[in-house]
Amino acid sequence: MAINTTLSTEPMSGADILIQCLLNHGIDTVFAYPGGASMPIHQALTMVDDRMRTILPRHEQGGGFAAQGYYRSTGKISACFSTSGPGATNFVTCLADAKMDSIPMLAITGQVSTPVIGTDAFQETPIVEVCRAITKHHYLITKTEDISRVVKEAIFIAMTGRPGPVIIDVPKDVQQRRIVPDWDPPMNLPGYQPTPKISREVLESVLDLLRESSRPIIYAGGGIVSSGAFEQLKIFAERTRIPVAMTLLGLGGFPADHYLSLHMLGMHGSVYSNYAINEADLLISLGVRFDDRVTGKLTEFAKHGKIVHIDIDPSELNKNKPALLPIAGDVLQALTDLNRILDQKPTGAHPITQDLKSWWRQIDEWRTNEPFRFSDRKDAILPQYIIKRMHELLKERNMLEDTIIATGVGQHQMWAAQFFHFNKPRKWLTSGGLGTMGFGLPAAMGAQAAHPLATVIDIDGDGSFLMNIQEMATCHVEKLPVKVLLLNNQHLGMVVQWEDRFFKSNRGHTYLGAGPDEGPYPDFVTLAKGFKWNTQRISEMGDVDAALIQMIESKGPYLLDVMVPHQEHVLPMIPSGQTVREMIKV
Amino acid sequence: MRHVLSVLVQNQPGVLAHISGMFASRGFNIDSLAVGETEVPELSRMTIVIRGDDAVLEQVRKQLSKILTVVKVQDISSMNYVERDLMLIKVRASASQRVEIGQLVATFRGRLVDISPESIVVELDGQEGKIEAFIELMRNYGIIELARTGRIALVRG
Repeated sequence: MAINTTLSTEPMSGADILIQCLLNHGIDTVFAYPGGASMPIHQALTMVDDRMRTILPRHEQGGGFAAQGYYRSTGKISACFSTSGPGATNFVTCLADAKMDSIPMLAITGQVSTPVIGTDAFQETPIVEVCRAITKHHYLITKTEDISRVVKEAIFIAMTGRPGPVIIDVPKDVQQRRIVPDWDPPMNLPGYQPTPKISREVLESVLDLLRESSRPIIYAGGGIVSSGAFEQLKIFAERTRIPVAMTLLGLGGFPADHYLSLHMLGMHGSVYSNYAINEADLLISLGVRFDDRVTGKLTEFAKHGKIVHIDIDPSELNKNKPALLPIAGDVLQALTDLNRILDQKPTGAHPITQDLKSWWRQIDEWRTNEPFRFSDRKDAILPQYIIKRMHELLKERNMLEDTIIATGVGQHQMWAAQFFHFNKPRKWLTSGGLGTMGFGLPAAMGAQAAHPLATVIDIDGDGSFLMNIQEMATCHVEKLPVKVLLLNNQHLGMVVQWEDRFFKSNRGHTYLGAGPDEGPYPDFVTLAKGFKWNTQRISEMGDVDAALIQMIESKGPYLLDVMVPHQEHVLPMIPSGQTVREMIKV
Repeated sequence: MRHVLSVLVQNQPGVLAHISGMFASRGFNIDSLAVGETEVPELSRMTIVIRGDDAVLEQVRKQLSKILTVVKVQDISSMNYVERDLMLIKVRASASQRVEIGQLVATFRGRLVDISPESIVVELDGQEGKIEAFIELMRNYGIIELARTGRIALVRG
């Protein structure tokens, strides 16, 4: 990154230096909630408001997830700020979430002044100690002189190798002290080797395995999206004619509507992708980590397949499932080089010598016989139906290219994954690894800040939505016209589903309403009005299209509260720790 | 299987906490961990003794390497290396037993570093097996307390 060397040579406060460093690294939008220990930073932010937009969330967690939504939808890093103590601890969930999903973000926290650190001062928390295991790296800055180096290192660390969150804790006296900074100091990271290079020989051995295989499959994950390998994966899959199954975070890494797409695999993945991976004789695993929600019982997963596993993080290789060919490196480099090698082969020579016709015949049969499905009801709005319908309406209006979907966590999230089709990366913002309820609205808000003209829709559940509902205020005040499709079943639907399947439908605190005598509770429509959002509630099939169109076309933020039955289950389902043979289909 | 890892880390606050936290949160069991400065002021060396099969070791090594402040991880178990452990042990010893214990200390090439009316303190270094053997012998006399540095190791040559 080019550093502006015409920067001030006059003494500046640490806070001003910190903000100028972020600007130097191209950060122009931050989410910041002030407090005692971060006031100098906020004063500094007011000085640059022509160059940096500061969005005030209504809870630090909202700011953290907004920073994630900003990155997930753009590939550009953002920062979130809080004060010390409780402000900082409110970032904990955001950081753990970002670590699990490999999302770069900078969390910058105020800290009590260095002389009182360790004395249990007011609003003091050792936040670096708290966050060590849930960040890619962490800094407690003790000298104002270190700010420019730390910011440079933090952004480099967050964005390179396997991306991840970095926390920077800045004591108040460090923010206040005035110095003349070194704007472009050298980094001090002797132990950091972010991207192992993959040799041509190794890639040739991938092609050797491919040549022999007759039932290959590509298992593509979030690494495709984060490395920007969408185009190269498409070229590779089309050339080799290998089917592509995606993880939850891999959705959008390959076009959902492509003939080669098997859609999502795993616990709530398509029947055909799970059958295919179970029968495959070769897995090309790209930017994945063999998560238990994908594999179920590890010893049975892809039992007949040789495994090629390419991931930028060497510790993911052989962690859950041993690979025949574990390869540490960037999937973008791997795919680009594989495509280049295939280009150099004599024309006409197919990379696979085996005939894939019978494999595709089998896959097509599975795909035709057992697509994602749901019952045809006219007496109630099924959540699956309205998601599918919203996708169709956006498609008819040619709006899909500019639509970004965020979700909370639970049934609605899985239905969104199943019935909304993503043909491009970075249009799908969901909390995968950590599974954080309350993710949807703030993530949508961050994405909207990055894409003011896009249609950003949070498909949410009533449980998840309530967890960060305060961000409705931010959306109104900051003019972020986020849409919320609220699938309101008055229950924690996914837990209810597990209760139905595994606990004889005994409800263990999964009912969110106020009782059968009251209407829907809380009254989200009234709440939305209080936040000055446009809103309506529907519960009849006949109202779906008009309501969806009204929401989509709304200029400002809009909440569509859709009453849906709580008896619906997300299907298919491979119960936790089981195999494709135990898949529940009805 | 027993493995000796020699780990160079940046000499910064919190590095030990980070590494021990990683071991704890991932459920790896450490036999011994010793840390000290090296010839380079910015670097410390940790010597970690751990038991586990190859898969566990692979994970330990990779998880260690992933920590930003870890500069280098070496599994030196299969190399030609020197390993030492230093122990101070306080043993109950009456005046009449001192000579007898003194002979054992000499056999083990230890040193008597303190003598009081009721007890003695012995300093002993060496490899784990030798130190364990000496501890066993001292049990008969009554061990009051002991302290060990943990294993440190360097590759020969």
